[in-house]
Amino acid sequence: MKNSAVFQQNLKVRHIKERVHRTLMSLATLTGIIVLTLLLIDVLKDGAGWLDWQFITSYPSRKPAEAGLLSALFGTLWIMVLTALFSLPIGIGTAIYLEEYAPDNRLQRLIQTNINNLAGVPSIVYGLLGLSLFVQALAMGRSILAGALTLTLMSLPVIIIAAQEAIRSVPEGHRLGAFALGATRWQVVRNIVLPQALPGILTGTILAMSRAIGEAAPMIAISALVYLTFIPISPLDRFTVLPIQIFNWVSRPQEDFQHLAAAGIIVLLIVLLSMNAIAIILRNRYQKRTEE
Amino acid sequence: MLSGQLNPQEFPVGESFSSLRRIRQWSRLREAVINRLLFACALVSIFTTIGIVVMLVAQTVGFFSKVSPLEFFTGTKWTPLFQPQHFGVLPLVGGTLLTAGIAILIALPIGLASAVYLSEYARDKVRRVVKPSLEILAGIPTVVYGYFALTFVTPVLRNVFPNMIVFNALSAGLVMGVMIIPMVSSLSEDAMVAVPRSLRDAAYGLGATRLEVATRVVMPAAVSGIVAACILALSRAVGETMIVAIAAGSTPKLTLNPLESIQTMTAYIVQISLGETPHGTVEYYTIFAVGLLLFIMTLLMNLFSQWFVRRYREKY
Amino acid sequence: MESNIASLEARRLELWYGRFQALRDISMVIPRNRITAIIGPSGCGKSSLLRCFNRMNDLIPGAIVKGEVLFNGRNIYAAGVDPTEVRYRIGMVFQKPNPFPKSIFENVAFGLKVNGITDNLEEAVEQALHRAALWDEVKDRLLKSAMELSGGQQQRLCIARALALKPEVILMDEPCSALDPVATLKVEDLMRNLAEEYAIIIVTHNMQQAARVSDMAAFMMMQEDRAGALVEYGPTSQLFTNPKDKRTEDYITGRFG
Repeated sequence: MKNSAVFQQNLKVRHIKERVHRTLMSLATLTGIIVLTLLLIDVLKDGAGWLDWQFITSYPSRKPAEAGLLSALFGTLWIMVLTALFSLPIGIGTAIYLEEYAPDNRLQRLIQTNINNLAGVPSIVYGLLGLSLFVQALAMGRSILAGALTLTLMSLPVIIIAAQEAIRSVPEGHRLGAFALGATRWQVVRNIVLPQALPGILTGTILAMSRAIGEAAPMIAISALVYLTFIPISPLDRFTVLPIQIFNWVSRPQEDFQHLAAAGIIVLLIVLLSMNAIAIILRNRYQKRTEE
Repeated sequence: MLSGQLNPQEFPVGESFSSLRRIRQWSRLREAVINRLLFACALVSIFTTIGIVVMLVAQTVGFFSKVSPLEFFTGTKWTPLFQPQHFGVLPLVGGTLLTAGIAILIALPIGLASAVYLSEYARDKVRRVVKPSLEILAGIPTVVYGYFALTFVTPVLRNVFPNMIVFNALSAGLVMGVMIIPMVSSLSEDAMVAVPRSLRDAAYGLGATRLEVATRVVMPAAVSGIVAACILALSRAVGETMIVAIAAGSTPKLTLNPLESIQTMTAYIVQISLGETPHGTVEYYTIFAVGLLLFIMTLLMNLFSQWFVRRYREKY
Repeated sequence: MESNIASLEARRLELWYGRFQALRDISMVIPRNRITAIIGPSGCGKSSLLRCFNRMNDLIPGAIVKGEVLFNGRNIYAAGVDPTEVRYRIGMVFQKPNPFPKSIFENVAFGLKVNGITDNLEEAVEQALHRAALWDEVKDRLLKSAMELSGGQQQRLCIARALALKPEVILMDEPCSALDPVATLKVEDLMRNLAEEYAIIIVTHNMQQAARVSDMAAFMMMQEDRAGALVEYGPTSQLFTNPKDKRTEDYITGRFG
């Protein structure tokens, strides 16, 4: 009976603690949304007025009123297409190898651990790799190709891990069923595994690409050029991309350049959010289908 | 005998087998080629690592032929760009740790609290709104966060600390903290969700409140995943570049005062890259020495977090 | 006779998960110092009923309980009753042994600690382990992880953990289904001993076990709409030898289920 007296005494305090913590935790959960809102408002307030057709179709300029991000927009487009072209086959190939082909031995574990570690390497280090490997050693110069290859190496680990997860989610029974019918390993992969894993792979890849497109650090190490007044037409041309252009404008003390930066951010966010939206829609559609 | 009645023309055994063999030979060849191709893909990641290490080490050797390692690791002045040149990396390391420390101080409590909320309290409806918005937060480019730190957070903070410098460690650290919240939160939440229901039931059955179940059963049971998440987030903060390059300044300084302007290792690399410094000069080599140190620091943290998960994984 | 006083009583109890009715119109009186077994084919709502007795169903989003459960004459579903208190006073043991990944000592002390009862903690832990007939097996390794114990020991540890709070009723949800026959026997012996002090309700789909250990038995079945209902409830000897309902007879003679 003494115990239940103590229990009763404590109960009120415990419930107060519960309520206080619950409130604090829900506030913590809201932090992200609040900051996101503040950030978007900040950017829109600063930049919306500067975002017009002239801004999209002009080259960078020392005069804020005439400046635009045409060359950066094309640079980003070039980089996006080339990076996707390089990283998709290699990334998916690696994932297929690790999940479907590799014997469970030390080499396979080494590759896997290595990929996990590469995913944690800071992006600027990839920039240094690109600078000394592609720009200098392979003499590509500060070109679009060098930039795209650098971003390829950077986004590969993320793509591989996402693709592996998607491949792993294909039920083992489906594979065994096909093997039992005499299919070779590649036939199983091509006809059974890949079709089922594709939505998951695409979702992961799009998210990885959108992450890569937003990266400024490795691109600065490759090519920090900002006053680019032509549209690159060859992969060996010099280039600039949106994040570098934005960084350059942010770094200038004059207020007008801050507004240009904000307008550039709006363009960049529109590009990235629409990529994210595609990925989310793709994933939701896929999830619904597997639940049914 | 039954087989004797079979007419060879009706049952062309030999021909069918040889065509089958041809198909099989071809498919065996195809399998072998595909196997090699896929293996080559997997090797790209190995060569990436080798490339990073060889490239960083080779250029760092070049750097150390001109600067003594003792000065690099113990010197407290970093002035490679003007005379007299000093190559003590400690101010850059200090700036990195200061901003990353502020970030983790923000992200740890907020990220963990929201992970507990999402895994133990939130209804499905709330989760369906919060989780995608955390994903969006995680997908915002860091150059945007840098802009936010410089043009929003710094002016606000300067109302509180009027003598604060425009480029300072605090704004950059705070915003970096917000940037890594989704990482802390989603990785820890994954670890908590993996704790079996039966353990929660046992605690509820003993009269525990939701908070007590979360803090005394779920969090201890998920501790390996939570610690790993925090270390990964710290490593991410150490390697983060654009926020600090934009908002934290470019004055290498050994200080614990977050209101001062500092420079991080990553921001230094950006500063030199912006100048497109010519190949072969000492200034050019410095970024690789700093890069190697950065690479080693983040690699150690990542390896530690992987080891920690394996070592302390709970068997429920 | 004190032993006949009701410990728990369900009155017109109903359980809904959203629009799905899981339990229909259950009324039964659980006596003190007796073991009451709830039997029936799988899916008939035995475990759901058990979880109504300590409000564990509150934790499932969308679960609604109608009717009353009287505990010492008081409805535990009445407004203002704290489910934490209900669960503190009515212990529960689960189907699979579920010790916390902590030391043996911490497992038994857990309930006392969260409920703020920290005086004479060691004594209380020792007492609970004695009562669960586990003390001799673990007294030398109280600080070792509970995960190192065998399945049967883990389940008795979970019983000790519940006993430490000195509950008035112990609910057991198929406590032996994950155990081997020897461990099962030990737990059954333990239950018989515990029945001298507590009311025990055990859900089981093992009819031999129900016949062996229980004093009272309740037979449940699923109705056409899959809602669980009570078919027959009475002294175990009567239910097993002379069932009143044809369906009970069919079930215990093994004609279905």
